[in-house]
Amino acid sequence: MTYLDHAATTPVLPEVLAAMSEQLGRVGNASSLHASGRAARRVAEQSRERLAEALGARPSEVLFTGGGTESDNLAVKGLFWARRAADAQRRRLVVSPAEHHAVLDSVEWLVKHDGAEVTWLPVDPAGRVHPEALADALGDGRDVAVASAMWANNEIGTVSDVAALAAVAHAVDVPLHTDAVQAVGQVPVDFAASGVDALTMAGHKLGGPMGAGVLLLRREAECTPLLHGGGQERDVRSGTLDVAAIVGLATAAVSAVASRDDRAARLAALRDRLVAGIVAQVPDAQLNGAPLDDVVAGGPGRLPGNAHLSFPGAEGDALLMLLDAKGIECSTGSACSAGVARPSHVLLAVGADADRARSSLRFSLGHTSTDADVDAVLEVIAPVVERARNAGMGRR
Amino acid sequence: MRVLAAMSGGVDSAVAAALAVDAGHDVTGVHLALSQDRQTLRSGARGCCSVEDSHDARRVADELGIPFYVWDMADRFTEDVVDDFVAEYAAGRTPNPCLRCNEKIKFSAVLDRARALGFDAVVTGHHARLADGQLRRSVDAAKDQSYVLGVLTPAQLAAAAFPLGGMTKDRVREIAAERGFAVAAKPDSHDICFIPDGDTRGFLSRKLGSRPGPVVDAATGTTVGEHDGTYGFTVGQRRGLGVSAGDSRPRYVLGIEPVSRTVTIGTADQASVDEVRTGVPTWTGTAPSLPFRCEVQLRAHGTPVACEVSADDGGGLVIELAQPQRGVAPGQSAVLYEPDPVRGDLVLGQAAVAGAR
Repeated sequence: MTYLDHAATTPVLPEVLAAMSEQLGRVGNASSLHASGRAARRVAEQSRERLAEALGARPSEVLFTGGGTESDNLAVKGLFWARRAADAQRRRLVVSPAEHHAVLDSVEWLVKHDGAEVTWLPVDPAGRVHPEALADALGDGRDVAVASAMWANNEIGTVSDVAALAAVAHAVDVPLHTDAVQAVGQVPVDFAASGVDALTMAGHKLGGPMGAGVLLLRREAECTPLLHGGGQERDVRSGTLDVAAIVGLATAAVSAVASRDDRAARLAALRDRLVAGIVAQVPDAQLNGAPLDDVVAGGPGRLPGNAHLSFPGAEGDALLMLLDAKGIECSTGSACSAGVARPSHVLLAVGADADRARSSLRFSLGHTSTDADVDAVLEVIAPVVERARNAGMGRR
Repeated sequence: MRVLAAMSGGVDSAVAAALAVDAGHDVTGVHLALSQDRQTLRSGARGCCSVEDSHDARRVADELGIPFYVWDMADRFTEDVVDDFVAEYAAGRTPNPCLRCNEKIKFSAVLDRARALGFDAVVTGHHARLADGQLRRSVDAAKDQSYVLGVLTPAQLAAAAFPLGGMTKDRVREIAAERGFAVAAKPDSHDICFIPDGDTRGFLSRKLGSRPGPVVDAATGTTVGEHDGTYGFTVGQRRGLGVSAGDSRPRYVLGIEPVSRTVTIGTADQASVDEVRTGVPTWTGTAPSLPFRCEVQLRAHGTPVACEVSADDGGGLVIELAQPQRGVAPGQSAVLYEPDPVRGDLVLGQAAVAGAR
């Protein structure tokens, strides 16, 4: 099997499995005062400190959550509610239209149910938000509750200059949230240096467990909780700490960050060979997102493991099915709950037409990817595309 | 063989897919998303394309260990089946959307796509027998669906498989239960899938609006009532006419004239016909030489009648019925069968009813 869907989830690292197994064998609620509780608490807090160090944050800025979706919901809704409570005119959200649905749908929920307004940021053809565009959208910032722009896009892999965006937001006293779920472990992420107020990350994109995430939240940021209860995590996220998941997440993050530079160089080389090989065989295939060698703020402008291409005249669904039948696993992008593929909102946001959006595939490489994986795709891609083209776009 | 199993989320298509796996085929499951607004159907009684049905189909595919995909056929379905359904009623005819779906979607759009993607055949859970290119009634007479498959051509049948035709519905449910499928006891669907609440008249009135017109007694030519739209009526209909004809004899719809919006009603004698005229027929095999004798079924779950079939001048058929029939509605299919009590009645072909007298 050729697994090229690491942006969906990536295999758990052996050291994560070992650390979690060890912790799962122990009893203890990290909120309990007795010896077992203290032991659990010690593991949780060590994990918090290791994670904070790996991401350039203070331990007190690390809030453990149930995953990336929860962290995005907590940041968008929690910051909106708290900022509006402090000043009723702050009802506006300033957001990129290429965000993950966890952000987009939180925004749309607030607009529909809670009196919020939204300003959608313009993005360039690579999907990047530029500081000037954010400055224009913020205006004097007095009516803005929160701005959100992702660090790296989950579909097309475009990296934005989040530090520059944070500076623009702070110039008008607006907090910036960034979804860095895809960025951590792939490009350098330093919470303090970036200046952002809230940052989402998730364990299972790094070789950690599913159902474990983090919201990095600056100490001075006010955030209204989604979950009320025992007052854990600065009273912002109640719920008994899942110590095994937390140690797994921290182990994965530390490992992914430590090995990032070597892995990024290796994956970028594999990815470049994959894209070049596909384009050589399917000359009209189009790369979506930023150029492979793009640079932003002195670092990679595109995630090293991301290859996102459109194959004109072929439906992404058909390509995926044919590749799946040949043991190659990749993705078409967003799918609705019933599994019906819709044109990717990210591609539509960057100006692609619906046919281009529907004819796209994402190959995402990760820590287990090898030259053999690239070879496997290049062996079958030409006949697969030809066959999918014969099946057409499913429309008249 | 590489086969595509169309999986609605019901028990029949689940067992059909399982039997295809058992037969050693390389099976891929596909659920057809047919509704353009899936959210509304989710709260409906039960449509074949609700989110819940998609989930049920996926569960079975996962248990069988076969790949499973959802194909979005909503645009084609809306155009070829739903819009056609509405247009047919607006024109005073009575369409059969399941037959249209088999003709235009399952064994056309889906089959074409399947073949282009490298599949050899499409497997469905229809209750009908298909062997050596011959389409026959199911052994379960009550569940037989050969009528809605009668429109298929030899090329379509050559790439179709109906594994359930040789067993009863009870046996299908037994197999599903033996395999632990959660859908084993799922109720049969009786409704038109895109009208999950079963209120066809309400659906049509939302699509077509109020189009009032007279109800006329054929014997006297007098207007005996008013209606809100001819689409609320089907030739042969007896109930819900909303008129009292002065005597106690029941009245039936004899004809629908959409331009003047006239619904003509009459007595049982007037509603009986023994000659049916049709449009151009399709044949499931080699076209038979006309005239010939066979049986004809004039609606889904209708009783077959002996008949003689001959050609008219315009490429259509003239079907002389051995016994007069009521309720022969334009738009319905006249499906022709060669009776065979041993192997199952053989489907010869079909043609759309144009008129009757």
